Amino acid sequence: MQRDPVTGTFSGNRGLQIEEPLIFEQDAPGRTGVDLPEPPQVKSRLGGIERKGAIGLPGLSEPQVVRHYTRLSQKNYAIDTGLYPLGSCTMKHNPRLNEKMVRLPGLADLHPLQPVKTVQGALELIDQLAHWLKTLTGMPAVALSPGAGAHGELCGIMAIRAAHEAKGEGHRKRILVPESAHGTNPATAAGVGYAVDPIPANERGRVDLAAFKAKLGADVAGIMITNPNTCGLFENDIMEIAEAIHGVGAYFYGDGANFNAIVGRVRPGDLGVDCMHINLHKTFSTPHGGGGPGAGPVVLSAALAPFAPLPYVVHGPNGFDLVERNDHALASGQAFGRLKSFHGQMGMFVRAVAYMMSHGGDGLRQVANDAVLNANYLMASLKDEMTPAFEGPCMHEALFDDDFLKNTDVSTLDIAKAMIDEGYHPMTMYFPLVVHGALLIEPTETESKDSLDQFIAVMRGLARRAKSGDTAYFHAAPTLTPRRRLDETAAARKPVLRWKPSPITGEAAE
Amino acid sequence: MRYLPLTDADRRTMLAKIGVPSVDSLFRDVPERARFGKIDLPDHLGELEVERAISAMAAKNLGTGRAPSFLGAGAYRHHVPSSVDHLIQRGEFLTSYTPYQPEVTQGTLEYLFEFQTQVALIADMDVANASMYDGATATAEAVMMANRVTRRSKAVLSGGLHPHYREIVATHAHFGGFTAEFLPPDPQGQESLLDRIDNQTSCVVVQNPGFFGHLRDYAALAQACQKAGALLIVAVAEIVSLGAVKPPGAMGADIVAAEGQSLGNALGFGGPYVGLFATREKYVRQMPGRLVGQTVDTDGRRGWVLTLSTREQHIRREKATSNICTNSGLCALAFTIHLTILGEAGFTRLADLNHATAVRLAERLSSVKGVEVVNDTFFNEFTVRLPKPATSVIDALADRGILGGVPVSRLYPKESALADLLLLAATETNTDADIDALVRALKEVL
Repeated sequence: MQRDPVTGTFSGNRGLQIEEPLIFEQDAPGRTGVDLPEPPQVKSRLGGIERKGAIGLPGLSEPQVVRHYTRLSQKNYAIDTGLYPLGSCTMKHNPRLNEKMVRLPGLADLHPLQPVKTVQGALELIDQLAHWLKTLTGMPAVALSPGAGAHGELCGIMAIRAAHEAKGEGHRKRILVPESAHGTNPATAAGVGYAVDPIPANERGRVDLAAFKAKLGADVAGIMITNPNTCGLFENDIMEIAEAIHGVGAYFYGDGANFNAIVGRVRPGDLGVDCMHINLHKTFSTPHGGGGPGAGPVVLSAALAPFAPLPYVVHGPNGFDLVERNDHALASGQAFGRLKSFHGQMGMFVRAVAYMMSHGGDGLRQVANDAVLNANYLMASLKDEMTPAFEGPCMHEALFDDDFLKNTDVSTLDIAKAMIDEGYHPMTMYFPLVVHGALLIEPTETESKDSLDQFIAVMRGLARRAKSGDTAYFHAAPTLTPRRRLDETAAARKPVLRWKPSPITGEAAE
Repeated sequence: MRYLPLTDADRRTMLAKIGVPSVDSLFRDVPERARFGKIDLPDHLGELEVERAISAMAAKNLGTGRAPSFLGAGAYRHHVPSSVDHLIQRGEFLTSYTPYQPEVTQGTLEYLFEFQTQVALIADMDVANASMYDGATATAEAVMMANRVTRRSKAVLSGGLHPHYREIVATHAHFGGFTAEFLPPDPQGQESLLDRIDNQTSCVVVQNPGFFGHLRDYAALAQACQKAGALLIVAVAEIVSLGAVKPPGAMGADIVAAEGQSLGNALGFGGPYVGLFATREKYVRQMPGRLVGQTVDTDGRRGWVLTLSTREQHIRREKATSNICTNSGLCALAFTIHLTILGEAGFTRLADLNHATAVRLAERLSSVKGVEVVNDTFFNEFTVRLPKPATSVIDALADRGILGGVPVSRLYPKESALADLLLLAATETNTDADIDALVRALKEVL
C-alpha cells in the first residue's frame, strides 16, 4: 500500500479524521440493510408500466450505513460542538426536549387528512402556537403554512398584492427594499410581479430617510424592512417610515429574520408592521438541520388578515376546525388560496411550542436581553483590534468592516478560513453588502461568558497576527480540516452534480 | 432558565465592560412608545411540565400507529428503519447550518451529493437539486422553470394532479403573471392532454401515479410536448412507486417534481416533508434551489461545495431563479439514509410489497356490496365509489377506530360528482388483520 502524499498515512486518514467513500463506492449487488418479507403473489395492476432494468442504487448492510453517516457527521461543525457565530442565522442551542416532543405518538404518526375530529389535539397545538406568535408580535392574525422564511416572504408580499387588488389598486408596481436586505427580499418581490426599488443606507447603517421619502409615490405597493436590520442595528426611524408608507396607501412588510433580538421587548405590531414572517428555526430554536426544514409563519395586521392563505384553524361548535377551502373569498379576490400542501410545517410547530413553553413570556424577554448583551460584549471586547462598521450599541449581532485589515493582504475570507483552524465556524462574511468586507458576528443568548471570552481571545489573536504581516499563514488556512480550501471556480465551470460509475468500475454499478 | 448560561454576575461584568448601566440602555434605539413591559403569556416551565402539556395534546389524537390506516392522497405511512432517526439526530447533522463553509461541512455536502445522485437515479433523470420544501412547491417551481426555459407563459395541468399541487400553481400563476389551464378532476384516468398543447404552451404537468391512483405511460405526451416546444413535468407524490413503475425519465419527462416524504420521514400531520427536483442536464442553470458539486481542494483531494449559486437569491437577488433559501436538509438526510439502507434490492422489494398489499386490499373491497373499485391500474393507492357520500362513511369508520382513507371531497368539496369517491392506500405497514377490520367495518356502515 502506498502512503497518501497529503496525509503521510497509508489509509489517507489522519487520526480521527477518517476518509469516507461515497455509498456508490461501497456497493455489493443484492446486499441490503432491511429484511422485508417476500411479497404475496398477486395479479399485477401496474398495467404494463413496470420499471425495466436496474436503477443503480448501491447495496449496503445496516452496520455499513450507520458507520457511513456517523463518519460523515464527524466532518461537520455544529452548534452542539461549538459557538456558531453566523450573523443573521441565529444559531442557538436546540433543546432535545423539542425532538422528543415531535416524536410522540399522536403527533408523529398523524396523517394530515384524517377526520378533523381525530386530530383535535394537533389543532389545539397549532392554535397555541398562533396565540403565542400573535401575542409576542402584537398582531391579530397569523398564517402558519409557509415552509421557511423566504416562503413566508412570498406569503406576505402576496397578501399585500391581494389587498391592493381587492381595493382596485393593482396598478402599484414598486416595492422598496433597503440595499442591506437579505437576497430573499428582492427575489421575493420580483417573484410576486413587483419591480424592486433599492433604498441606500445612511452613514449610520440605517435606512436613509431622505432617500426613502424621495421614493414614495402612488405606485409604491410596500416596503420590506428587516428590523433589527442586517447591520445588527435597530431602525430608530421605523415608526416614521411606517407612517410615511401608510400615508401613500402602501403596506409595511417586516422581515422577522432578526426577531430574536427583540422578542418579548418590542411588538412589531406596535411599530406599524402589516405583516412579518418569523423564522421558527431562528428565534424559536427549531434545528437548522444542515439547511432546513424551516418554518416561516406570517403574522398579519387587521388590514391584511383577510388575505391570509389557506388553511387556517378556527374555533367551531364541536371544537377546532380546519378551513381548507374558501372558494367564495377566492372568487371575489378577497383571498389568494394555497401556498403549501397540507397544513404547514407541523413538526416545527411542535418544537417551537415546546421552546416557548419552556421559556415562558419571562424567559423569552431574557432571550432578547442576553442575545443583545452577548453581542455588545463581543463588540466592546473586539473594537480596539477590529473595526466596527458603525458606532453605538448593536442589537443581537456585531458588524465589523475590513478596515482593520487594510494593507495586510489578508482578506475577510482569509480570517474566516483561519478561524476554522482555530476550531470555530466562521461568521457571516461579505454580508450585508453595504459594508466593505463585512464580518457579521451573532453569538446568540445560549453562549456562556467563558465561551465568548475564548472566542474573543482567538479573534484578537487573529487580528494581531494579520496585522503582524503573517499573510502566508492566512492564505494557506485552513490546514487542519478534512479538506483545505476547495476549488469553487472549477466546480461551477464544469459541474459534476452526481456520482457516475467510472469506466473501470462501471459494471459494478450498472 | 435552563437554556441561558449567563449568570447575574456575568451580566454585571459584561455591562461594565460595555460601559452601560443596564441592558435597557442597549435598547435605546427603540422608540419610547414601542417599548412594552409585561407580556401576557405564562411564565417558564420545566421539562416535565412541558412534556405533560404537549403529551396531553398528543393523547387527544388518533394516531395511525394505533388504528388500521388506509390514508394516502399525497402522504403515506411507511416503516422507517430505526437507524434513520438515530442518525439524523446526531448533533453534527441536526444542529449545523447550510454548508456555506465547505471545509467544515463536508459531511452535509457529501450526503447531499449522494442524495442528488439517488434522486436522479430513481427518477431516471440527469441531475437533481439538494431539495425543495415539498412535492407541491417543487411542482410550482417546475412550472416557473419551464416558463423561463421556453420563454412562454401557459401551463396545462392534468386533472390527475393532486389538488394541493394545482392550487399552489394557481397561486403562483396569479401573482407571477402566467396562465394555468386546469383540466377537470379525472377520476377515471382517461383524460387526453395531447390536444391541449399549442405553440404557447410552456409545459404540461401530469402526476404518476395520478391523484386517483391510475398509472399511465406518458411517453407519447412527452414526444408531443417536445414537438411543440413545451416541457413535460411529471409529479410523483408517492416516491416508493419508482421501485416498480416506469420512471418519468424513461417516459421522456423534462422535469420531475416529487414528494419524498415516504422515505425516511414521518407523516407528522403534513410536514415538514421534502421536495425532490430533477431535470435534464441542459436545463441545469435554470433550476431553482441549492446544488452540490464535486471539486478538489488545494491538495488535490476530492471534496464537495455548493455550486452554480449565481442562480440563487443571495447572489442574484431580484434576478434569481427562485427566492428559496432554507430547504429541507434534514428531511433529505432522512430520505437518503432510508434509501441507502434499502439499496436496490430493498427499494424494489418495498415497492413490490406495497403493490401486492394494495392489490389484496382492492380484491377484498370489491367483494363488499356497494363498493366499486374505479381503477384498472394503480400502484399502492386507488379510488373506490361508495353508495353514499364518502365523508359520512369515513366518519363512521373513525368512530370504530379505523382511518379508512381520504374522501375525494376533502380536497374537492364543491364537486358533487366526486362526493361518493374514496381514496385508499395500502403500504407495507398494513396487515391482513387491518384489511379484515376495514372490510368488516365497511359492511357495518354501508
